[in-house]
Amino acid sequence: MSIFTKILQYIFTGLTIGSIFAMVGLGFNIIYNATDIINFAQGEFVMIGGMVMVSLTKGMNIPMIPAFFLTIIIVAIVGILLERLAINPLSNPSIITIIIITIGASIVFKGLAMLIWGKDTFILPAFTGETPINVGGAVIIPQSIWVLGITLLVVACLAVFFEKTLLGKAMRACATNRKAASLMGINVNRMVMLSFALSAAIGAVSGVIITPISLMDYHRGTMLAIKGFAAAILGGLGSGAGAVIAGFLIGIMESMGAGFISSGYKDAIALVVLLLVLFIKPTGLMGKSELR
Amino acid sequence: MNGRAKSVFFLIWCMALTICFVVCFVTCSICRAAEETYKIGAIFSITGSGSWLGEPERNTAKMIEDKVNAAGGINGHPIELIIYDSEGDETKAVLNAKKLIEKDGVLAIIGPSQSGCSLAIIPIVEEAGVPNLSCAAAAKITDPVKKWVFKVTQSDSFCAERMFEYMLKRGITKVAIMSVSSGYGDSGRMELQKAAKNMGITIVADERYSGKDTDMVAQLTKIKGTDAQAIVNWSVGPTQVIVTKNVRQLGLNIPLFQSSGFGSTKNIEQAGSSAEGVMVPVGRILVAELLPDSHYQKKVLMDYKKEYESRFGTEVSTFGGHAYDALYIVLEAIKAVGPDRAKIREYIENSKGFVGIADIYNFSATDHCGLTKDAFEMLMVKDGRFVIVD
Repeated sequence: MSIFTKILQYIFTGLTIGSIFAMVGLGFNIIYNATDIINFAQGEFVMIGGMVMVSLTKGMNIPMIPAFFLTIIIVAIVGILLERLAINPLSNPSIITIIIITIGASIVFKGLAMLIWGKDTFILPAFTGETPINVGGAVIIPQSIWVLGITLLVVACLAVFFEKTLLGKAMRACATNRKAASLMGINVNRMVMLSFALSAAIGAVSGVIITPISLMDYHRGTMLAIKGFAAAILGGLGSGAGAVIAGFLIGIMESMGAGFISSGYKDAIALVVLLLVLFIKPTGLMGKSELR
Repeated sequence: MNGRAKSVFFLIWCMALTICFVVCFVTCSICRAAEETYKIGAIFSITGSGSWLGEPERNTAKMIEDKVNAAGGINGHPIELIIYDSEGDETKAVLNAKKLIEKDGVLAIIGPSQSGCSLAIIPIVEEAGVPNLSCAAAAKITDPVKKWVFKVTQSDSFCAERMFEYMLKRGITKVAIMSVSSGYGDSGRMELQKAAKNMGITIVADERYSGKDTDMVAQLTKIKGTDAQAIVNWSVGPTQVIVTKNVRQLGLNIPLFQSSGFGSTKNIEQAGSSAEGVMVPVGRILVAELLPDSHYQKKVLMDYKKEYESRFGTEVSTFGGHAYDALYIVLEAIKAVGPDRAKIREYIENSKGFVGIADIYNFSATDHCGLTKDAFEMLMVKDGRFVIVD
C-alpha cells in the first residue's frame, strides 16, 4: 500500500466521520443563531432519529423513503415539544438556566430511549448495498458517499433557506436583534420554536444516515454531541459553513492522527489542534470577530 | 359513666393495647430470628455502556434468588439479593461496594461486571474483609492473589493463549492487534503482548480506538500496510461489529479473531455477512446444544439455558453464566459454613470440583480464578451461526 493510497484512505475515512460532526455542529448553530442557546440535547436528536428509523423500517415494515421523512417529522415534533414544554414557559431565563435545561433534557431523552428501545444496539441496512468502491487503491463504502452527499445537500438547502426565503431571513433577524425583529412584526416566539424543529430535523437526518455505518444505541448521543460541539466551536459559533468545514477537519485530523501518529492519541490530537486554533483565533475559523 | 370511671377505662384500654403490641413484637422478632435472611450483594453494569453484560447477570441472579427461596432458602434461611447498578462507572462501583458493606451488611459481593470497576473495588473489599466474586475478565483481578477477591470468569490471558495456540497450529506467527481504550481493552492488550512474547508470535501492529468510535478504517488501513497474517480485536459492544464490517470493507482477507465479548448471536446478526469466518474463543454455554450428551457440563448448561430463555424470552449469554457461577459458589459456601464472612472466604478458597456454566472450578490459596484455558471453546461463525472448530 503506497503512502498516497494510505493518505487517500485516511481522507475518505476522515470525511465520513467528519460529516457526522458537521451535521451535529450545524444543529448547534441553528439554535444558537436564533436564541443564543447551546442545545446540549442535540446529540440526542441524532440518536432518536436513528432509533425511530429502526422502529419504522424494521418494526413496522414501512419502506425506506417514507420512513425517512416520517422520522424527520417525528424528531422535529420532539424538538418542538422540548422547546414548548421546557424552554418557552420560562420568562426571561438566563442563558445558563437554559443550558442546564438542555442537559437535563438530554438525560431525559436518553432514559426514555432506554425504556422504549432497550439497551441493545441497532443497525439499519446500507441504502445501496455494502460493496466497497475502489478509488486509487483506497476503498470507500457506498454509505459514506450517501452521508457526504446528504450532508452537503443539507448545507446547501440551509444556505438557500437562510439567504433567500422570508422565513430564513426572519430567523436571522431574530439572531441579530430580537427586540428589533419583534418590532418589525416577526413572531420571535415562533422563530425560536422553528429553530428547535429545524435542528431536530437535521439531527434526525444525520441519525438515519449514520446508523448503517456506526450502529445506534440509546447512549450514543452524548459523544456525538461533544464532537459536534467541538466542530461548532472550531468553526466559529453561529457560522454554518464554519461548522461543516471544522467537522470535516476534525474527522480528517482524527483519521490521519490515528494512521500516522498513534491511534491511542487520536482524540487528543484533534483536541490539541482545536485548542491551538482557539488560542490564536478565539472566535473560531469563521466566527464573527465580535467577542461575547 | 363519670369522669373517673372514664379515665380508668382509658388506662385499661391503653395497657391492653401496649401488651398487645409487646406480644406481637416479641413473637415477630422470634419468628424473624428463626428465619433471618442471608443478604448477598451484587454490583452489575445494568445500564450504561456495559448494560449487555449487566442485564443478563441481574436477570440470572434474580432468577436464582427466586428459585432458592421457593425451595426453602439456604438451611431454612431465605436469601436476599441486593443488586446495585454501577452504570459501568468505577466511582459508582466503589460507592455501591461501600453501601453494600456498610449499610446493607452483606455476607459477600458478586460482580462487578467490568474489569475497571472490579479493580476499583478491590481495596474496599480487602479492607472490610468481604468475600468478592468478580464477574469481570481481567487477569489482574486475581493475579497477584488478593485475600478476599475471587473471579469466576475465564481470564483474558486464557483467551489470548487460546487464540495464539490455534494460530500456531496453522502456521500464523505475525499478528496485528487492535484494542479499545478501556479497562477491558488495556488488560487484553497487555495479555496479548505477554502471551505473544511467551509463545513466539510477533505483533506487527498495535492499534487502539475509543469505545464510542464510529469507524476503525484508519487503524485497519495501517494494518493493511503490514504483513500481518491475522488480526486480533479486543473490545466489547458495538465496536466489535464495526471492526468486523470494516475489515471486510477494506478487503482484508486474513482471519479475524475477536475477544470473548463477541460471543453473542446478536453480534452476528448485526455484522451480517461480514461476520462469516470470525473466530472467537468463548465459554461453552453458547454451544451447549452442540456438546455431546456425555460432556460433564451438558446438564448444567442445558438446564440453565432452558430456564433462562423460558423466563426472559431472550437468548442466554456467557455473562449471565458468570452471575450463575458466582452466586452458586457463594450459596454453597454459606450452606456449608453459615453466615460468616471469614469462613465463607476460607471455604471458597478450598472448594474444588464445582461444575458451573464456565467450567469446573478448582480454587486454591494460590489460584483465586479456579479455571484454566480449557474453559474456552474456539468457535467460528459459519452460515450465521457459531460452530466449534477446535
